Amino acid sequence: MIQSLRLLIPALALVVVALIPVFAPTTQVLLTLALAKSLAVLGVIVLLQAGQVSFGHALYFAVAAYTATFVGKVMGGGEIVVTLLAGAVAAGTVSVVVGLFVTRYRHIFFGMLNLALSMIFFSFLEKFYFVTGGSDGLSVARPTVIGLSLERGPFEAVLFYGSLGLVAAALFLTDRFLHSSIGQMMRAIKTNEVRLEYLGISARHVLLIGYVVSAVLCGLGGALMATAQGIVTPEYAWWIRSGEFVFIAILGGAGSIGGAVAGALIYESVRTYAAAFAADIWQMVLGFILLVIILFAPKGIMGIFQGLQPRAGSSRTRGGTKVEPAE
Amino acid sequence: MNATLFALALFDGISYAALVFLVAVGLTLIFGVLRVLNVAHGSFYALGAYTTASIGSAIFAASFAPWLAFPLMLIAAIGVGILVGGPIEKLLLSRIYEMEDVLQILVTFAVFMILEDAQRLIWGVQPLFEATALNALGTIEVLGITYTVYQLIFLPIVAVAVLVALRVGLRRTLTGRLITAVTEDREAATSIGIDAEKVYLITFMVGASLAAFGGALASATTSVVPGMGADMIVLSFAVVATAGLGNIEGAALTALLIGLGRSFAVYLWPEVEVLVPYLIMLFVLLVRPQGLFGMPDARKI
Repeated sequence: MIQSLRLLIPALALVVVALIPVFAPTTQVLLTLALAKSLAVLGVIVLLQAGQVSFGHALYFAVAAYTATFVGKVMGGGEIVVTLLAGAVAAGTVSVVVGLFVTRYRHIFFGMLNLALSMIFFSFLEKFYFVTGGSDGLSVARPTVIGLSLERGPFEAVLFYGSLGLVAAALFLTDRFLHSSIGQMMRAIKTNEVRLEYLGISARHVLLIGYVVSAVLCGLGGALMATAQGIVTPEYAWWIRSGEFVFIAILGGAGSIGGAVAGALIYESVRTYAAAFAADIWQMVLGFILLVIILFAPKGIMGIFQGLQPRAGSSRTRGGTKVEPAE
Repeated sequence: MNATLFALALFDGISYAALVFLVAVGLTLIFGVLRVLNVAHGSFYALGAYTTASIGSAIFAASFAPWLAFPLMLIAAIGVGILVGGPIEKLLLSRIYEMEDVLQILVTFAVFMILEDAQRLIWGVQPLFEATALNALGTIEVLGITYTVYQLIFLPIVAVAVLVALRVGLRRTLTGRLITAVTEDREAATSIGIDAEKVYLITFMVGASLAAFGGALASATTSVVPGMGADMIVLSFAVVATAGLGNIEGAALTALLIGLGRSFAVYLWPEVEVLVPYLIMLFVLLVRPQGLFGMPDARKI
């Protein structure tokens, strides 16, 4: 019963999202971008389980996006399965090297070092324009899908439903990961790292694994974003973008992986419509929303949603649906 | 690199470091006392610059004396610190001291986003330029280079004066000693009757004023544009983290190090100019995780 409910609600939510473009076709691209971002946010949430926040995860977003673009260029258009994989692998590889040293640090230093590295990559993208196209960025050719070249319309549809499938798979696997023993150890880093070490477990090693998982998720999101937008710019690596991922994670609810998708969908919608109706103040609107969430609903949208459910339901979910942040 | 270029890089670096120091020292002071990394600090810098430039343009257009530019900077900085910084601490930050650091940083990030748009609403996106203070002091020739007195002499003197004032102020005055006591141990300070909340408020206003003062001084040397706050905040983070969080003298030396590193890079290898602060920070934190002048934290079990 509990097991089936655990799967039923997310499955229903995915079906609802899948049906939106059928009734409102103009939202399809917006939703695809939101789904791409939600993968990156999922990566940030994985690290938040260990109580660490990275202000530079846009690094992996950008590394994967540029890798996917270059692979596509070399292959003369490219195959989407290959470009996405290449992006994720590149992000994973970079994160192993970077992770080996940033996992020595915690809290603000962890966040700041990640920020520094992403800004270095940002400057590299801007300055070495003969490779990266500078601040104009590079255009991304439309890749083939399992060997088929599609027209724009069908391609966007395939991309949307493909992203949805990818997000569903990523949510399931991340949930499994966070419930595995490594996932439990990550939460132990947040509660009390020294005790974890006394059990004979290397906290750095655990954090490194979590770091690589989160970077691969971010990378997948970046590669998907580049394909959906058709252009990559250095802005992919900018610190505001890293901040945006953390923002969405808190908006959705940092303790819950479903919050990544809910947060990203709401964030992108607010941003798009606020930018249309109030172009000058959309940042201000987002800032106020963030303040309200942190001060009055620290568990984010998912927390509000759970609060609305009847008592019996909430005691049931405590059985394990949600990854509660360990206080 | 010949002697002239060397001297130019040196002068650029020193005047730039003076500005960066003012912003970074405010950031490190706030962190030392409140234990909050204030992302909105860059906004205070930008607000200081905008306020000074816009009021300056108005009063000098009405042909007031140019020397008024200097008191104007001070007044604008203190005004921004009290009128903008004060309410932010009182209404917002005072509610979040018990939260995780992630949430605290995000609250200041939200304030930063709000203030960025507020600037755009008030002053628009056109660059402002107001160099009365720069022109009032004229130029000087050193080692065959003509440089502005404002940048070469005035800015470093102000930075050193602020450093000395902070040191003396924190050790000799009552308020300063109260601030030091709260920094050292908040609970113990509260138990002997120190009003920690008031200390937090004063520290935040002083820190915000310092950032705004940096912006006010910078407004004479460069055009005031949207986004200037964002650039400055990342740079001053780098300075503060390299020096060791909460360390005032360290911030001065590191600002000089990063300022000089950056200006020499401009002449030697312009592509990496923006990278220099981050490279220095990365290298220092690799070798000394607590920063150049920081103390390692005791581990809690």
